[in-house]
Amino acid sequence: MTAFAPPARPGPPPAATREARGGVLPWLAVPALVIFVGFGVIPLLGVLFLSFTSWDGLGEIHLSGLTSWRAVLADPGLPHALWVTFLVMAASWAFQTPASILIGVFLAGRQRYRAVLAVLFFIPLLLSQAAIAIAYKALLDPNFGLGAGLHIDLLSQDWLGRPVLAFSTVIFVVSWQFIPFHSLIYQGGVRQIPRSMYEAAEIDGAGRVRKFFSITLPQLKYTIITSSTLMVVGSLTFFDLIFVLTAGGPGDATRVLALDMYKRGFQANLMGPASAIAVILVLVGLALALLLRRLGGRNPGASQLEGA
Amino acid sequence: MGVPLGAALAACGGTAGPGSTSGSGGGAKATYWYLSVQPQEGVRTRAVERFNKANPGGTITGTPFQNDAYKTKIKTAIGAGQAPTIIWGWGGGTLRTYVQAGQVEDLTSWFDQNAAVKDRLFPSSFGAATIDGKIYAMPCETVQPIVLFYNKTAFEKIGAQPPTSWGDIMDLVPKFNKAGIAPFSLGGQSRWTNMMWLEFLLDRIGGTEVFQAVFDGKKDAWSHPAVLDMLTKVQDLVKAGGFIKGFSSITADSNADQALLYTGKAAMMLHGTWTYGGMSQDGGDFVPGGHLGYMNFPPVEGGKGDPSNTVGNPGQYLSISSKATPEQKEIAKKFFATGVLTDQEGKEWVETGGVPIVKGSDAAWAGSKDADFLNFVYGIASNAKVFAQSWDQALSPTAAEVLLDNIAKLFQLSITPQQWVDNMNAVIGQ
Repeated sequence: MTAFAPPARPGPPPAATREARGGVLPWLAVPALVIFVGFGVIPLLGVLFLSFTSWDGLGEIHLSGLTSWRAVLADPGLPHALWVTFLVMAASWAFQTPASILIGVFLAGRQRYRAVLAVLFFIPLLLSQAAIAIAYKALLDPNFGLGAGLHIDLLSQDWLGRPVLAFSTVIFVVSWQFIPFHSLIYQGGVRQIPRSMYEAAEIDGAGRVRKFFSITLPQLKYTIITSSTLMVVGSLTFFDLIFVLTAGGPGDATRVLALDMYKRGFQANLMGPASAIAVILVLVGLALALLLRRLGGRNPGASQLEGA
Repeated sequence: MGVPLGAALAACGGTAGPGSTSGSGGGAKATYWYLSVQPQEGVRTRAVERFNKANPGGTITGTPFQNDAYKTKIKTAIGAGQAPTIIWGWGGGTLRTYVQAGQVEDLTSWFDQNAAVKDRLFPSSFGAATIDGKIYAMPCETVQPIVLFYNKTAFEKIGAQPPTSWGDIMDLVPKFNKAGIAPFSLGGQSRWTNMMWLEFLLDRIGGTEVFQAVFDGKKDAWSHPAVLDMLTKVQDLVKAGGFIKGFSSITADSNADQALLYTGKAAMMLHGTWTYGGMSQDGGDFVPGGHLGYMNFPPVEGGKGDPSNTVGNPGQYLSISSKATPEQKEIAKKFFATGVLTDQEGKEWVETGGVPIVKGSDAAWAGSKDADFLNFVYGIASNAKVFAQSWDQALSPTAAEVLLDNIAKLFQLSITPQQWVDNMNAVIGQ
């Protein structure tokens, strides 16, 4: 996960910072830039180059023009993978956002038992995705899993063997892991809302629900955008969890774009088309990130706190 | 940051593998990568140790890898010119990609000069080592046909006999389902497990020529009527509830499919003979108590195929990297001639429940507790008119991926047999 820029504080920046900006500060960005170019930009250009070649990962790399792109774009697997990716994105957003906001608001309270719960809620995020997937796979096994072991018919469904159920299970497991993370973001967001706004509302006679919808939610606007960007762009790259849980199956019901790319590149030895898909993934990710920035207004660094 | 990055790139750029750092003064060293997981790993490691003891002047350094990790690792290493001297593999389509990239040594003339090495091995094991008439790999280890395992207790429970034809199988399905036992266990998420059904049915219905035509890249080879018949039969079996509930989310890697058979939740299982070791280890009294039955896949009524035919792994394969130094290649050849499948190694394979691909190896298991099973496997391997290689190993990785994908959809009933044929015809010869 990436680090977040702290929300901008109201008021003009101190003069000292302004002076430093012209001198030493740009150099501080150099190490990060070198790493970004070395491990981000250069490999990306390599992938772009590979998408115009045909290579089986073993022999010579042959330039082949648009062959890989034509093969990928003509393959009905691509729109399907795009559609599944979009569904995963939409469903996991729609499931995680309300849940995270509610938990975040709940955890923002200063009571001691909430602090204890906050620690417990955080646990899923500490586990590796592969470990989570293996554990869920074992629990959901229709013959040896939880349902069969406890003789609960409701639980002994073919969770990962039916297209719709498998898709829902993937969304559930993904959400189970990432809701704690987003709750944490919302918890921080809620704690920044000034008490005075709630006090004013209480004087006006607003109830708990009214306060939530009229103060908390609007004040969380930028937190929601931050968290949504992370969710949406992050869901583009879901790979390990789905790979271990369903391997894209049953059939191709949960084959997202990242999985499609892996299968083409490393299982079918088609590095050219796999690179073309990788380029598509990057473009989709960039477009989404830009779109979400636009949604957030021209200056996402701005805070609404001034109005308080 | 720049320095380590540059060093890493430089290391990638060199064509010399880690094995080529052979000392000029001391003994040369060859490298050898193979699969981990006991008990097989131990047999492989001890073979190398024995060879090194006998040849202190030119030794081999072995490194074990886990199965799936190995498949990716070896491909990347060969592509980057970092291959080990001795490349362990499954032969067939993957070996063909190495050959086409010029990455492995042609061993044809070496086998001509060392006819004794070749003559003591099963002739059927050389098929998957031979690409366009030339031998590129040394067959080794064990023969692993796919057979029909069954749980004798389950058959006693419903008072039925093991199937002797496809018709019997379809009759048994409702009987087992009625008794609350799944007719067949299947680890369907692994996909190649489903493929074994297609391999046997197509062979029994249409004979070996049908897939041979596909393998040879003949246009529209999948359009043979036997293929449609086979695909329809597979879907009939799925629709009749022939496979365990949830089969499409079960993986073979976790051995859950074997567990279903020995716990009696499923009555039969079509699987490779390598699962015997796992079932005797994990199944408690199941194997020692004589509850495991096994047979070759039964014939299909009216089918043209020879019921003695089988599919599976005719052996495992060792190739020599063409990027290795001449000294390393010599060590590898010496290992092939004197260190692979020695009597001692053969004995150790038998102890794991495997049949070494050495002629007359049946003498080695007289009195062994697994003698019945070993005799059965030896009989299948030596009597089979055709011992076909598994399709996904025989085809190129590109074609195999499309095949497995379509097989998974066929079992999911999300495509019709005709769609399957059309999809597969589109990638013939790739």
